[in-house]
Parts: sequence; C-alpha cells; structure tokens
Amino acid sequence: MNVIDLDRATIQVGGRNVLSEISLSIGAGEFVGVLGPNGSGKTTLMRALLGLIQPTGGGIRVFGRPPRRGNPEIGYMPQVRTVLPDLRVRGFDVIASSVNGERWGLPTLAAADRRTIQTTLAAVGAGDLAERPLAEMSGGERQRLLLAQALIGAPRLLLLDEPLISLDASHQEVVIDFVHGFSRERGITVLFSAHELNQLLGFLDRVLYLGRGRAALGTVEEVVTAPVLSRLYGTEIDVVHADGHIFVMSHGHNVERAVHLHEEDHAHSHQHDPGHVSI
Amino acid sequence: MFQYEFMINAFAAAGIVAVVSGMVGFFLVMRGQTFAGHALSHIGFAGATGAGLIGIAPIWGLLGFTLGAGVGMGMLGERITNRDVAIGVVLALALGFGLLFLHYYTSFATQATAILFGNVLAVDRFTIAVLSGLAVVTLAALAAIMRPLVFASLQPELAEAKGVPLRFVSTAFLALVALAVSECAQIVGVLLVFTLMVGPPAAAQNLTGRLWTGLALSAGLALAEAWVGIALAYYTDWPVSFCIAILSALAYFGSIAAPQWRGRSKLESPAEWQA
Repeated sequence: MNVIDLDRATIQVGGRNVLSEISLSIGAGEFVGVLGPNGSGKTTLMRALLGLIQPTGGGIRVFGRPPRRGNPEIGYMPQVRTVLPDLRVRGFDVIASSVNGERWGLPTLAAADRRTIQTTLAAVGAGDLAERPLAEMSGGERQRLLLAQALIGAPRLLLLDEPLISLDASHQEVVIDFVHGFSRERGITVLFSAHELNQLLGFLDRVLYLGRGRAALGTVEEVVTAPVLSRLYGTEIDVVHADGHIFVMSHGHNVERAVHLHEEDHAHSHQHDPGHVSI
Repeated sequence: MFQYEFMINAFAAAGIVAVVSGMVGFFLVMRGQTFAGHALSHIGFAGATGAGLIGIAPIWGLLGFTLGAGVGMGMLGERITNRDVAIGVVLALALGFGLLFLHYYTSFATQATAILFGNVLAVDRFTIAVLSGLAVVTLAALAAIMRPLVFASLQPELAEAKGVPLRFVSTAFLALVALAVSECAQIVGVLLVFTLMVGPPAAAQNLTGRLWTGLALSAGLALAEAWVGIALAYYTDWPVSFCIAILSALAYFGSIAAPQWRGRSKLESPAEWQA
C-alpha cells in the first residue's frame, strides 16, 4: 500500500489553485525532498495531507484513507514562525504540550512520556534545551526542539516543513543525517521540504518539485533537468552540474540561492507569499 | 484587624478572586492577549453602570457584558482578538457607553468610583457567595480545557493539525477571562484588573519556565499581593487597590531583575543541565 496517493488533486488557497490536478504516489519508507519556489504549494501540500485543507477536486489518500486531522501516524513539523511570542516557557514543557495535547483535562504527563521526551531531545542533540525558555533560544535551537517533537509518538509519516531554515551548515547536516537514519531504521516515509537541493543530495530517494500549480516527482536525475524545471518555473532554467553539486540557474542567477536569501531578508514575516516567485 | 467582619470578608473575597485571577491571567499572558483582557474589563464598566441604570446589582451587568464580549471576540477569531486597534476602538466605545449610563442615572455616580477602582472593604456575605460560585465554575472549566489550551497557545499550527478545535478553545478561554475579569473588578475595580490578572502571571513567567510551577507561583503571588495589600491599606489608610497595584508592580519589576543572578548561578554548573 502506498503511504500517499494523490489522484488529480486540486487544492485551492484563497481562491487560487495552488496545486492543479496533481497525481502522484509515494511508497513506504521513501525519503522525498519537496522543492520549489515560494508559494509553489510545499506547505499547502502538507496541510492537505494533514486534513487541514480539503481538495476542491480529485482525491487524496494517506495510508489508504482520506486525510483526517489528528492522525497519530503523522509527525508534523510546521515551518518556524519568526514572530513567535516572547514565551518564557521551557523547552520541555513546549514539547510536553503536544503529547496528547488534543485531549481535554489537565496537562499531566506520564513518567514514560517524560522519558520519551528526554531521550528524543537528546537524540537530536537538543537535550540542553529542555530547561531553557523558548524566548532565549535561537532560531536553530527552536528548529531542533520542534524536530524532536515531530518524532515523538512513533509516526509512520513525517512531514517536515523547511526544517533547515535558520540552521547553520553544520547543524543542517546533523538534522538531515539524523532524520535520514531515523527514517531508514524504522521504515518511516519522509516529506522534507527545503530551499536548496544540494545538502539533500545523496539522501533523497526521490524529489518532488512543485511550481505553478504543477508537480514533478522522480529521481534527482529525472526531475532536476532543464526541461522539467523550465516548465515548473515558467521561465528558462539551466541546470548546472559542478563538483558533485547541482545549481538551478535562471538567466545566470542561482534560483534557489535567490529564494533563500529573499526569505532570510524578510525574516519569514509573510510565511508564504502567494504568487511570488523570486528569480 | 480581624475583629471586624468587613475585614474578614475582604480577605475572603480577595483570596478567592486572587487565585482565579492569577490562574486565568497566567494563560492570558502566555497567549499574549492581555490587551483583550483589558478591553473586557472596560466593556464590563458599561455593563456595571448599565445594570445600575435598570436597578440591578452591578456584578450582573459586568458579567453579562464581559461574557457577551468575550464570546464575541472568540468567535470573530484571531483577526479581532489580537488586533490592538480594533480592541482599542471597542474599549473606548464601551467606556463612552458607561459614561452615558452614568449620565442618566446620576445618583449612581457615587458607585462609579467603586466600579472603576474597586471597593473590597464593602464586600458582603452575599457577594462572597457569588464570587465563590463563579470561582468554582471558572476553575473547573479552566481545568477542563487546560491541556488543549496550553497546546493551542504554544503551538497553534501543530495543535490544529492534531485536531484541537482552536476556535472553540479560544472562545471558551475568553469566556473564562470574562468571568475572571468580573470577579477581579469586584476587588480592584475595572481599571486595575491588570494588577491581579497580568502583574502576578507576568512575574511568575519571568521567574520560571515550568508550566505547573509558573501557574502555582502566579496564583500565589496574586494571593500574597491581595492579602498584603489589604493589610497595608488597613495600617496606612491608603486605598486597597493602590496598595495592591504597588505590590504588583514591585513583584513584576523585581522578577525582571531576578533572571540576572539566576543566569549566573546556571553558568557555574553547565555540565549539570546539559546532561
């Protein structure tokens, strides 16, 4: 059984077709990188898989069933908002809030849950964040905290929305390496959205490239090519291979780099700016 | 000072209200909705004076208006609740109506000061019974929604994905804030609800990052400020609400200074908390 099936799915946000008649299937244990310009629907796709947005056309199936909110088989790491409230709550309690957080009553925690939180934090190298208040953490530290949270509860599908944003290069490697190893070990399917392909090369089973409502899913060799990306970006794209790296260029500019810098500049204040494609 | 019944009543009423205010206020501060709480209290002023105009006890007007406004804000959602300008306009409008009601019921004007700044020394047995009932309802409801409330406050996107009904939780919480504001206004007045609902929780959150410790500390600080405030007023003859306001501010600014020495003590033993 496939983990994710999209059958001519159309998903609208604010009256605009973010994804139009997308069909694709992702199998168990696949590590899939989700790439594409800003507003191409990376976050929207994940929200649809979580059952937060209903497709306006076609069908979506996750583990063979229509998406539903609160599916415990899915671990989700939302994109980090920079405008996080100035919370003095310590890291441990932030994560603890998500453990059965949808149940009513007092937020109590079983001893086993406590241990799970501590060991998961330690596994992503964030053990020291348990006692630190959220307000004192850097963007990268918050990322690691949220990543640990997504792994709790033995999910079979991980949706990681830009887990590398605001991490420095060495931490990016740690995160990719860890998620990859974790998913391999347990046969977990991973959708990993990112701005740059290069860090993910060598880890990806397949890449899902989104752009202008369309999608291309396949191996890096199949998808990251000039004809496929030109169609998705709606402009002429060159794909340059150099020294084991792949550069996606438009009129001599590195498209991914430009998008990345743009996001950093705006400090993610508009989370996804529909229709904006920076080239 | 305990030989007077009005003093015993004052301590009882202030104690009940302080615990409720400290606990509800803890989440108000965590959610960054303190201004919404402030607006609710001003809307309550219009309700209290309106109640006087039609000849019923101010607390019922307070309750009715704040509850209606709290539920309304919750249903309109984040768009209104966290928007300062919209809240500011509604707040001013409510005060305007309060003034209008006072204008048509002039003999009520003497009570206006009590509504604005509180009059805990005039609390009677009946009011204590009402406050106790409200406190039980408020705390029971808070306990019922606390788990999803914490989740939705800290991580709304994830909470939504996990199936927490965000709109319902937010609306229910603002209704509880309305109840707490109505109670708090009986002690320190609508203008000074921040002294018990924002000062103690904010100080507690500066002092600890732990959820349960913070909640208990917030209620404890509010209780201490309310009781010490009343005692201070008894011996100095200053207004009670002023004394509580001073203590609340002292605790808050003290808590801002505190992390500096706390941070030093942590640095001395880094190995312990990295393990």
